This record gives sequence, C-alpha cells and structure tokens, in this order.
Amino acid sequence: MLLGPSLAVSAILFTLGVVGVLLRRNAIVIFMCIELMLNAVNLTFIALSQQLGLDGQVFVFFVMTVAAAEAAVGLAIVIAVYRHKDTVNLQRINLLRG
Amino acid sequence: MTLVAFWTFAAVAIASAVLCITRRSPVASALWLVNTLFSLAAIYVLLDAPFIAAIQVLVYAGAIMVLFLFVIMLLNLGRTAPGDIKGPWGRAVAVAAGLVLVFELVALWLAAPPGELELPAGTVAGTVAARGAVQAVARPLFQGYLVPFEVTSVLLLAAIVGAVVLAKRRL
Repeated sequence: MLLGPSLAVSAILFTLGVVGVLLRRNAIVIFMCIELMLNAVNLTFIALSQQLGLDGQVFVFFVMTVAAAEAAVGLAIVIAVYRHKDTVNLQRINLLRG
Repeated sequence: MTLVAFWTFAAVAIASAVLCITRRSPVASALWLVNTLFSLAAIYVLLDAPFIAAIQVLVYAGAIMVLFLFVIMLLNLGRTAPGDIKGPWGRAVAVAAGLVLVFELVALWLAAPPGELELPAGTVAGTVAARGAVQAVARPLFQGYLVPFEVTSVLLLAAIVGAVVLAKRRL
C-alpha cells in the first residue's frame, strides 16, 4: 500500500541530495548531502523489502555500516585537508590540479 | 490513518532536506538533516521495519551526525562562510539536473515491479510480529549473509585505522 508513495519520497530525497552536492561548496555539507542520498536508497530498500522479503532490511544494515565507515574516513580526510589549506571550501582545494 | 501518518512524516522529511541544503550555516544544515533522519525512522516503522528504525535513530541520527557536528566544532566552522552556496549559474545547473533526475526517477517508479516477485500481503509484517523485530532481521543476517557480515568487521577495522592515520598529526 505504501510502496508507491515511499518510492516517490525516496526519489525526491535522492534528488535533493544530488542538488545539494551540486549547490554547495562546503565539503562537510556535501558529505551530509551524500548521507541524504544513502538514506533515500535505504528508504527504497525498506519499502521494497515490505513486498519482497526481509533481505532488504539486511541490506540496509550493511549500507549503514558502510556509511558509518565512509563518514569516519571522509571526515578524517576533511580534517587533514583543513590542516594544509585552512579551508573546507572545495573551490580552494585544488591539490590535484597540475 | 497510516497514510496520513506517512505523508506527515514524508512532508517533514522533504521540507527538512530542502532546509538542509539551503541553510548557509553548516550547524543548521546538520540539525535539519537530523530532523530528516528522524522522520525517515518513523517511516521505517510504518513500513514494518522497527529494528531498522531503531538502528537509524541510534547510528545515523545519533552517532554519525554527532561525528559531523564534532568535526564542525573542531574546525570552528559554525559561523556562515561567504561563497558556500554557488552563484546563479551553479544554482541553475543544480535545479536543472534535479528536475531531470526527478523526471527519470518518476518514470522508473511508474514502471511497476513484476507481480510474481511480490510476497502475499502482510508476510513481512507477520514475520516481524511472530518472531519479534530483532529476530526477524537477525535470522537472514546470520544465516544467508554471514560472510558479508564478517567482512563488514574488516571494513570497520580498516575505517578505524584509516581515520586515525589520516587525522593524527604525528604517529
């Protein structure tokens, strides 16, 4: 019953995450937008697992683990870059530009 | 009743997500994202996944967002930085890309999943009611997905070591 509405909400949330990544320059806010996208996908998994069996919930469990690891490593990278450049503005972080 | 609750939480989640990507202060963004995550946890309860909802509140809204706020505090980014949100061209590109993506996702959503994949109505809800919220997830996790579960522990170990190595000044 809730499958269609859930997928619609998930699509909107995922798109908002993409728009946030394109709109912002602050590295930490961009990380938060990535978390938003991961959550939209989790909502899809949960909505479909109501129809297709409990495996979807197990997958959400794994997605959350990967998201936690990604947040820890990503924020450590942000701290390391901030120490070099004194900013988290992605416009001024161009270490890989030749 | 369920539909009313669902749309209430969905509206809160979407509105908070919009505020999250438009607030200039990173702390405000983080707090609106926490609001979105809580609303999603409520939606998970409505979708017969109470254990995942609890994990969502504990791990996402609790641990991960505290990590974000902690880094914002550590780097002293609480005040609004100029030039964080891109100019008119960047906004136009972002909105256009968003509209295209919404269109694609709605087109995908309208293509209904094949009927033979679906369980009889109420199967998952019945499993959760019969076995309890934790056991319903634990049984497939520790039977069908035992190897991925163990590999996850290696991933977490790598993340711990990586975070310490990256963030520490001198080892």
